[in-house]
Amino acid sequence: MATRQSDVVQRMGRNFDSLVGWIDARFPMTKLIREHATEYYASKNFNVWYGFGVLATVVLVMQIVTGIFLTMNYKPAAEEAFASVEYIMRDVEWGWLLRYLHSTGASAFFIVVYLHMFRGLMYGSYKKPRELVWLIGMAIYLCLMAEAFFGYLLPWGNMSYWGAQVIVSLFGAIPWIGEGLAEWIRGDFYISDITLNRFFAFHVIAVPLMLVLLVVVHIMALHEVGSNNPDGIEIKEHKDENGKPIDGVAFHPYHTSKDLVIILVFFIIFAAVVFFAPEMGGYFLEHANFEPADPLVTPEHIAPVWYFTPFYSILKAVPNELLGVILMGTSVMLPIFLPWLDRCRVKSIRYRSNVYKFALFCFAVSFIVLGYVGLQPPTPQYALIARIFSAVYFAFFLLMPFYTKDEKTKPVPTRVTK
Amino acid sequence: MSNDSGLSRRHFLIGATTVTAAAGAVATAVPFVVSFNPSARARALGAAVTVDISNIESGAYIRVLWRGRAIYIVHRSPEMLERLETGNNDLRDPDSAESEQPQFAQNEFRSLRPELLVVEGVCTHLGCVPLSRFEVAPADLGPDWVGGFFCPCHGSMFDLSGRVFAGVPAPTNLTVPPYTFIDNDTVMIGSESGNV
Repeated sequence: MATRQSDVVQRMGRNFDSLVGWIDARFPMTKLIREHATEYYASKNFNVWYGFGVLATVVLVMQIVTGIFLTMNYKPAAEEAFASVEYIMRDVEWGWLLRYLHSTGASAFFIVVYLHMFRGLMYGSYKKPRELVWLIGMAIYLCLMAEAFFGYLLPWGNMSYWGAQVIVSLFGAIPWIGEGLAEWIRGDFYISDITLNRFFAFHVIAVPLMLVLLVVVHIMALHEVGSNNPDGIEIKEHKDENGKPIDGVAFHPYHTSKDLVIILVFFIIFAAVVFFAPEMGGYFLEHANFEPADPLVTPEHIAPVWYFTPFYSILKAVPNELLGVILMGTSVMLPIFLPWLDRCRVKSIRYRSNVYKFALFCFAVSFIVLGYVGLQPPTPQYALIARIFSAVYFAFFLLMPFYTKDEKTKPVPTRVTK
Repeated sequence: MSNDSGLSRRHFLIGATTVTAAAGAVATAVPFVVSFNPSARARALGAAVTVDISNIESGAYIRVLWRGRAIYIVHRSPEMLERLETGNNDLRDPDSAESEQPQFAQNEFRSLRPELLVVEGVCTHLGCVPLSRFEVAPADLGPDWVGGFFCPCHGSMFDLSGRVFAGVPAPTNLTVPPYTFIDNDTVMIGSESGNV
């Protein structure tokens, strides 16, 4: 009896192997799994900062799944959009959860991505040989901003309406072609049903396709050059006799098991927000958006959702419209140039000078302060604060070639530390 | 020799194919790009509108929609017109030289009839609706405020002719739409000739 059972197991094993062999002869399944998981070696000294890339992917999947289910009840027409969101919230079974997962997921996405990018700044992950990983990552970030912007119009609340109105008007500031361009984007003389319909198309098809494609390319480029680590040293430079990095461990099962814990902790916090504070006091879902869009009434105080406010502050800080638009655009684009602005060869902040540590600290503070000021009503005091911290923000990037040129760095170890 | 001519022939073919394909790609892109323009229906809905102005009392205003924009029609009182002449020293474009308005409205009242202001309630900064704050020196706007329009989005300020003050984000005066009087009590917005 016992032998017979093990016979069955053996036969099943053989059948499975032959199935895998059948697939492998036709599609590089095992090869892909090896290259990207079981034989992809990443440094063993990863800390929690290295969990945000995985989290971003998890949130992307969640947004796509909840998004698909929302489209099944949402109506992308000016007459029906607001009511269809209320319908999802009240009448569709568990619709409120799908909607709150998606709306909270948007903010979570940006929190995770900002921390992921800050990790890159701390450990020099944008430096050679990872410039392309960084550039593709920035492309993902720009797509994410577009995705969030298009998505925010869809509930057709009054803040949706006026947020879109303000952002589309930014294009109108461009000399000569601006007005025509804004009309072309809206497809109308104002933000109308036509605009809503096309933003819906961008939000559910065009941009998500781009996002998924770019994420795949981002991971492929990363796995080609190998992950950075908190010491900012190349583990590929020290390999054992089998050609495997001594300081590396296989992504699966070693890093995946740690990532699972991070994902769990993330979802505990995420669920707490979804169930107990989905509006987050007006920061995740703005109060003015609980009224339907009204082209005659601007909300008392227009502010974008928190993840755009640092850049919005820069726009508000400049008393000249065109210059404000240019500076805001520049502030979003500047991180693209980091691999070439930073002239220090040491990657990790652990071994970099106090000058860089101070600069990075000032940058982080300026980003947070600008984000806060962007949520406040326009007063001269806030305008002054916004101007000061806009200057800090730009100085971090524009002065970088100078303060990183002759940095007093500490000796970098050849092998990873703890 | 035959090798040489074969190579140059291949180069020519590659060049010709590339140019043709590029031209084809551009031509094919045109319908996609142009489909984004306002459609025939959107343009028809954007036609001129007529408004009865007989009921606007002196000092009061109404708002109407034209092309999705709020249009302020303000019946300015004699005191308001007086404040226009005396109160405003720090305007960015007092003569409306850089602002958008029909030829007939490029005067100090920015209107056909001095007392009747027709102006788009669209902030020239980023398109918010400026609020009507016609009272003098309210607490939140300070003692120098002589009445006008205040944009809540980024704090741009305009006088009672929609002229922008210096030092605010809005670059130009509020736009005056094309309009004409059909008769004494009716104004047509969106057309200077009275024809739709």
